[in-house]
Amino acid sequence: MTESHPHGMTVGAASPARTPSGRLLVTLGLAGALAGGLIVSVYQATLPRIEAHRAALVEAAVREVLKNPTRWDTLYLEPNGLTRKLPAGADPARAERVFWGYDGRDRPVGAAIVAGQPGFADVVTLMFGLDPASGTVLGMKVLGSKETPGLGDRIERDTAFTSQFPGALTPLLGVKTRVGRDPSQVAVITGATISSRTVIRIINQATARWRPLLQRYGERGSP
Amino acid sequence: MTSTAPAPPAPASLEDLTRGLWRENPVLVQMLGLCPTLAVTNAVANGIAMGLATTFVLLGSSLMVASLRRFIPNEVRITSYVLIIATFVTIADFVLEALVPGIHKQLGAFIALIVVNCIILGRAEAFASRVTVRRAALDAIGMGAGFTAILLLMSATREVLGSGALLGHPLFGPGFEPWVIMVLPPGGFLTLGILLLLLAWRAKRRSLGGRSR
Repeated sequence: MTESHPHGMTVGAASPARTPSGRLLVTLGLAGALAGGLIVSVYQATLPRIEAHRAALVEAAVREVLKNPTRWDTLYLEPNGLTRKLPAGADPARAERVFWGYDGRDRPVGAAIVAGQPGFADVVTLMFGLDPASGTVLGMKVLGSKETPGLGDRIERDTAFTSQFPGALTPLLGVKTRVGRDPSQVAVITGATISSRTVIRIINQATARWRPLLQRYGERGSP
Repeated sequence: MTSTAPAPPAPASLEDLTRGLWRENPVLVQMLGLCPTLAVTNAVANGIAMGLATTFVLLGSSLMVASLRRFIPNEVRITSYVLIIATFVTIADFVLEALVPGIHKQLGAFIALIVVNCIILGRAEAFASRVTVRRAALDAIGMGAGFTAILLLMSATREVLGSGALLGHPLFGPGFEPWVIMVLPPGGFLTLGILLLLLAWRAKRRSLGGRSR
């Protein structure tokens, strides 16, 4: 290829070719518009699949922490309590919500709550099931964490740790070894004390916040 | 050709393709793209995904830069290259999240950070902006393959030693105690360091052997 290069793409700085400012602006403006158009079209093409994946993750987690409820309602937080209708004007992606599950005979089994707090490495996000009447944890599943592989990430994998949550009574108490049959005691993982205590703290604080709201919603009677 | 014409007259050759695989390997020889090389090679699946995503961005941006090289004014060429690269990275980001959400989550911010991977801007500025589209494409494929191969090598070593598994399948019995450090950040430095050490040792032996003969 031996064409001439009219726009002076010189390598050295010996004779810098001046490009008119107008042409620079048009080039960059055009490039920006093209790039923007391309990105937006790919975004819209992939969005349905991305949202479906996210919804499937939440659904699987709700099923796990509420022990396979027959169905569930999504309850949104508004200033005077929980409501099944998205408050007017609220952004559906940002509105705070819990999932209120029912068993086969349409009796409420409890609520699935998503909460997160900083752990050892980054924010640990988890979902747990709570029976608001008794304050009993129904199940716990870590949704996202960057805890140390092999140590802190045992809060997700170590069944000796995770199996303590179904049936545990809030407020939970992190201990080195469980003594007696106190249902509020949770034995933390050796070598992952901070991560374990983060899980306990998340559940305790989220319970303190959501349990009164859930109790009030339950008393009003589910439809 | 005048002395200011930037395009080397050489036609596309096999050398354009193979250069990045070994002799000018982006990681081992040019020492570029070390951030993802160290950060996401803790599992083979992550290494492959990062390698392929980077190759896609490298190929896309090299093609664009080479085909638009006569329309991009010299003064704003870096801005234009970064814009082109960022567009392909954003596309790769969406596509990975739609197709392999688990791996996308594992790679996290490192997908977006492909924008600042020096391999890509380096090839755009040093090669693709000066040659034909065909040569730029061959070079991008070779460099991308060389990068992916090193990520594969490092992630396989780290996953086997650090998790006792390959692509998530356990390799050893329950008696195996994983070397957890290999999947932690220090494991990345150790693996890359040993790899470079072996290469340097081999190069030294070769040069010594050549002299004595």
